[in-house]
Amino acid sequence: MGHLNSVAKERIEAICDSHANEKTPLIMILSDIQSEFGYVPLEAQEVVSAKTGISVAEIYGVVTFYSFFTLEPKGKHVIGCCLGTACFVLGAQKVIDQFSQLLGIKPGQTTEDGMFSIDELRCIGACAAAPAVMIDGKIYARVKPTDVAGIIAEIKAEGGAA
Amino acid sequence: MYTSVEQLKADIEVFKKELASKFDGTDGKKYLQLCGGTGCLAANTMGIKEKFEELISKNNMEDKVECRVSGCFGLCSEGPFVRVFPEDVLYRLVKVEDCEEIFEKDVMGGELVDRLVYHDPDGKAVPCMKEQPFYKKQKRIALHGCNEIISTDYREALAVGGYQGFLNALEMKREDVVQAVLDSRLRGCGGGGFPTGLKWKFAFGSESDQKYVVCNGDEGDPGAFMDRSVLEDNPMAVIEGMMIAGYAIGADQGYFYIRAEYPRAVEHVNSMIATMEEKGLLGDNILGTGFSFHAHVRLGAGAFVCGEETALLNSIMGKRGMPRPRPPFPAVSGLWQEPTVLNNVETLATVPYILREGVEAFTQYGTEKSPGTKVFCLGGKVNNIGLVEIPMGTTLRELIFEIGGGIKDGKKFKAIQTCGPSGGCLTAEALYEGIDFDNMVRLGSMMGSGGAIVMDEDNCMVDVAKFYMGFICDESCGKCSPCRIGTKRILEILNRITSGQGTMHDFEELEEIASACKTNSLCALGQTAANPILSTIRHFKDEYVAHIEEKRCPAGVCADLVQYKIDPDKCKKCSKCSRVCPVEAIHGKPGKTPFEIDQSACIKCGSCLSSCPFDAISKE
Repeated sequence: MGHLNSVAKERIEAICDSHANEKTPLIMILSDIQSEFGYVPLEAQEVVSAKTGISVAEIYGVVTFYSFFTLEPKGKHVIGCCLGTACFVLGAQKVIDQFSQLLGIKPGQTTEDGMFSIDELRCIGACAAAPAVMIDGKIYARVKPTDVAGIIAEIKAEGGAA
Repeated sequence: MYTSVEQLKADIEVFKKELASKFDGTDGKKYLQLCGGTGCLAANTMGIKEKFEELISKNNMEDKVECRVSGCFGLCSEGPFVRVFPEDVLYRLVKVEDCEEIFEKDVMGGELVDRLVYHDPDGKAVPCMKEQPFYKKQKRIALHGCNEIISTDYREALAVGGYQGFLNALEMKREDVVQAVLDSRLRGCGGGGFPTGLKWKFAFGSESDQKYVVCNGDEGDPGAFMDRSVLEDNPMAVIEGMMIAGYAIGADQGYFYIRAEYPRAVEHVNSMIATMEEKGLLGDNILGTGFSFHAHVRLGAGAFVCGEETALLNSIMGKRGMPRPRPPFPAVSGLWQEPTVLNNVETLATVPYILREGVEAFTQYGTEKSPGTKVFCLGGKVNNIGLVEIPMGTTLRELIFEIGGGIKDGKKFKAIQTCGPSGGCLTAEALYEGIDFDNMVRLGSMMGSGGAIVMDEDNCMVDVAKFYMGFICDESCGKCSPCRIGTKRILEILNRITSGQGTMHDFEELEEIASACKTNSLCALGQTAANPILSTIRHFKDEYVAHIEEKRCPAGVCADLVQYKIDPDKCKKCSKCSRVCPVEAIHGKPGKTPFEIDQSACIKCGSCLSSCPFDAISKE
């Protein structure tokens, strides 16, 4: 992980300033950083610490507690496999296993080329579409293990190279 | 901007007439109302809208026909829906290709498109929503208005009775509002079932200059999405419930805590808050009455435990979302150590109904100790998947077989799991029991937030128990050891059993750890974590025993205990199975030698089984 460039540092400071009126803004700041940069690296946490006076240890504790925040960048396409109960009883685990097998990564990991990450999601509320997979905001309904190779090919074709 | 109650009331009458005229045809237009629930949006509601709009403009009928998207119709497995007003015809499973036919036949010709409406078992068309079995036994209180209005349009929200409960509350003394909620015997719909009025009473009685109302929208129970639906489809109802709570306890600040996974809910709530502020319905000195209330939105960041109230408060305060011991209860010391009322989304959405329609109107539904209604998300192996709101006391049989339309593919009902990872499974023997808070606990489950997952004979109950334990293990915050260590050990035992390594001694150990978790954990997450295990052991001990003694998974789910085999005598060497195999584990020569499965490569996905036209493949 490299050092933050000055633009990123200024941006993070601006995010901190935008929540200056809040009583306890830490999670709001981290959410903004995660959405904008795709992850919350240690360097970013140090900037937040210097700006807010909250210790890096406490910030790191918060970042690692919530699954929404990550220390590493996610892939260009995040394959969100729903593992809600409705999806599970209709075979979602086999769908995830198949994505893992074909992409060579476990859930939570990112492929070396930075193209794909697999996330296990907890109920996206699309129970009628179970097992459901959400990729780049689009919901794939009633996915079978045999559909997985086709979905990966489709995204590669649409998304181009990373 | 409204500055007086009279001015607002006059406008509400106008909005009511406007909305009614759309549905009863008095404004001379036809309306094509589409379902904007997640299920339907995923199945291309917006594509259908585009197509209808194209047809409207092509036929120059802009002043005669309008297409609009409302909230969720509830029956997610039959969407996308098109509901035609004023005739009130409901078309199901509509595709973009069907739009032209609907437009030409129904909209222009006034003729029913028979193939797209519901038919009863006798084959008779039942085009009207309210007369269909899925809707007949439902009563919408928390979901009131959700499938009628355009969710972010404040005029429509007001037209279906929104804000009226708050206006009524303003005319009452604060303690009388608390008393009304106490009298309604409303109980917390988030899972616990604690009397809402009692929470309010405690907070009312706490002395402080600053109090807060918090709406718990951290709906994490896998298989439950009713809170999201209410927040998306009628945000004003929840904001109104919060304002009533605020008025009653003397709070002028409210916080919504909503999962980050629900971006649309966040957007709709924010948009409604902004509109209400702009119109003077929210903010300082509301309608000149002297009462002020401000609402704010905070996002969850992906932690199931934040559904627990003290963990949620910690999360709003920017900390790790860990629970703390109670007392002090939030009603005494909550957000920033001030008295705080915490209610679930569904509870807050129910409050306006009580203040609008009266306590008796609410208590006429439901049972003595659990009045009113409850929203369930019916899912799994049931025909009608979706969102249903039923009076308490409705039996499980009515829920699953009448509203739910029975089990998929004519299979046999095995169990229904309520309350997700904190609940238990209920079997056929409970089918005639009424659903209410106390009955569910008595039967060994919990009401919970309202997830209701139906399972059939193809589901392995040990596997289901393992699934829930894996979930809890992931989501345990780690603060107290019974939950952190106990759930892990239980999961290890279950893993042993499902891989054929279990022993009969495991039962004792499971029960010992389960009772330790139950009595010693800090919060409800750990205290209820073992429920799925205990209830599956209670009802399906034979399945556990089959895994342990016979090394066999009766439902054929646990991969380590299952083998797929091809019968060489039945195999016609067509190669179909080897072509669908995702891992190329099936080998043979088409037309020459029977195919064989390489067991070491097989991932047991079952694709080959369903692909074989000759029933040559079996699961053992």
